Amino acid sequence: MKQIIRLTVNGDVYEVAAHPWRTLNDVLREDIHLTGTKKGCGDGDCGACTVLLDGRAVASCLTLAIEAEGFEIVTVEGLAASREKLHPIQQSFVDEGAIQCGYCTPGMELAALHLLSKNSDPTEEEIRAGLSGNLCRCTGYTKIVSAIKEAARRLRADRPA
Amino acid sequence: MSLPQFAYAAPKTLEEALALLAQHRGDARVMAGGTDLLLKMERRKLAPAVLIGLKRIDELRYIRFEPEQGLFIGALARLSDVVEDAIIRAKYPAIAHAASRTATVQIRNMGTVAGNLCNSSPCADNAPTLIARGAKVELVGAQARSRWLDLEKFFTGPGATALAPDEIMRQIHVPCPPGGSAAAYQNISARSKVDISAVSVGVHLTRRDGKCHDARIVLGAVAPVPMRAREAEALLVGTGMDEDVMRASGEMAAREARPISDVRASSEWRREMVAVLTRRALRQAWDSIASAHGGIVNR
Ligand SMILES: Cc1cc2nc3c(=O)[nH]c(=O)nc-3n(C[C@H](O)[C@H](O)[C@H](O)COP(=O)(O)OP(=O)(O)OC[C@H]3O[C@@H](n4cnc5c(N)ncnc54)[C@H](O)[C@@H]3O)c2cc1C
Ligand code: FES
Ligand code: FES
Repeated sequence: MKQIIRLTVNGDVYEVAAHPWRTLNDVLREDIHLTGTKKGCGDGDCGACTVLLDGRAVASCLTLAIEAEGFEIVTVEGLAASREKLHPIQQSFVDEGAIQCGYCTPGMELAALHLLSKNSDPTEEEIRAGLSGNLCRCTGYTKIVSAIKEAARRLRADRPA
Repeated sequence: MSLPQFAYAAPKTLEEALALLAQHRGDARVMAGGTDLLLKMERRKLAPAVLIGLKRIDELRYIRFEPEQGLFIGALARLSDVVEDAIIRAKYPAIAHAASRTATVQIRNMGTVAGNLCNSSPCADNAPTLIARGAKVELVGAQARSRWLDLEKFFTGPGATALAPDEIMRQIHVPCPPGGSAAAYQNISARSKVDISAVSVGVHLTRRDGKCHDARIVLGAVAPVPMRAREAEALLVGTGMDEDVMRASGEMAAREARPISDVRASSEWRREMVAVLTRRALRQAWDSIASAHGGIVNR
C-alpha cells in the first residue's frame, strides 16, 4: 500500500505517495525529479547517491524514503545559494578541474560538505579518508583532493574569524 | 536497487517493536541501519513480509558510561557515534578504532554496532575487540523478558546468532577496563582500507608486576564465527612479553585459526596474516600499557 511520505529536501517540503520499499534515491529522482543525486552501484559501495541527512553523508540507495521523513535532506541541488552563484565547494571543483564525466561529482561534493562541517582544515590524508565511500572512475582523485583543499580555504576565508 | 515488497512498521517503543515481532512470528524482521539487511533483501536472500524499522525508538539511541559498571552501547548507536564518542575514544580506544575501520563514511553514518553483531558475518569488524574486552549483549523478548549473554557465545554460525525469532538486542555492555590493561585491533583486506576484512585480530592484555597477567586473543574472518585463540593466549600469561613470546603466540594463533579460501583471500595467506596481525596487536596493546607508567592506565 502506498503511503504519504513527507520529505524536507533543500528546505522545501514534498509530499509523495510511495510504497515503503522505495528507496530515497528512487523517490528523489523519480517522484521529486531532483536528478542531481546519481545512482551508481545501488549497493552502498560507490557514493554516487550520497545525500546529507541532518548534515551527515548517507547512501540514498540504501535508505528507505519512508525512513528519511523528519530529517533535513540536502542534495546537490541545495548546495548553491542561488542560480548565479555556486557553492564554494562546487566552484572549487570547477576551478581545479576536478570534474571529468561528472557522475561522481554530486556525491563527492556532499561528502566534502560533511567532512568540512566537522573539520574546517583537513589534511590530505583526512580528505582521502573522508572520501573513502566515493569512487571516481575518471580523475584519479588528485584534483578532487586539491579542490576540497581549496574549498576549505575559501570557506575559512568567508567565515568571520 | 529494487527491493521485494513488504509492509513497513515504525514502532516508537521497544515494547511495541517486540509485540509486532511476536505477532508476525517468523515473517517479520527488525532493521536498524539497513546496510546489511536491505542488501540481502535486494539480492532476494531474505524477503520478510513485515519490516520493523527500529530507528524511531529513541530509548535505544544512547552511549552511556557508568564509572562503576562500564560502557553501554544502545542498539541504535551508529558506527560513527562510537567513532566520535569522547569517552569511548578515551577509555576504550580499540573499540572506537574497530568502528572506524568498518566500511565507509556513509555506511558508518547509517549502520549500527548492534546491527554489525546481529548480522553475524564472520568478518564483522566490531566483534573481535568487543569479545576481547569481555562484552555482553542484552537480548529482550516479548513481555520484556531479558537475558544477558557473553558476546563470545552470541555467534552460532555465519549469519546465525543466539537471538530467538522474537528477540531484539537492546544493548551491548563492556566492563570497565581493569587497571593496567589495554586492547588493540588490527585488520587487513587484500585490496584496500575500506574493503571487508580478510583477517582481523582483537586482543586484550592485563599487566601486573611487569608480567602478562591476563590475555585474550580473538580472531575474525578465519572461522565460521569470531574465535578465541586460547592456546596462543596461554603462551603469554606469566611472561614478560618479549618479542619471541609475541611471535610464538602469533604463530600459535595461526595454527588455531580455521580459515577458508574465498574471493577475498586464500586460506594460506589468511593464516600467515593471523600470525602477523596477532603479533602487531599484542605489541601495540602491551606498549600502550607500558607507556601509561606501569599500569594505572584505563584503556
Ligand atoms: C558498502 C558497505 C561496506 C561495508 N563494510 C563493512 C566493513 O568493512 N566491515 C564490517 O564489519 N561490515 C561492513 N559492512 C556491513 C554493515 O554495514 C555493518 O555490518 C553494519 O554495522 C550493519 O548495521 P546496520 O544497523 O545497518 O544493520 P541492519 O542491516 O539494520 O541489520 C543487520 C541484521 O541484524 C539484525 N538486527 C539489527 N539490529 C538488531 C537488533 N537491535 N536486534 C536484533 N536484530 C537486529 C537485522 O534484522 C539484520 O538481520 C558494509 C556494508 C556496506 C553496504
Ligand atoms: S549508488 Fe548508492 S552507493 Fe552506489
Ligand atoms: S568524474 Fe567521472 S566518475 Fe568521477
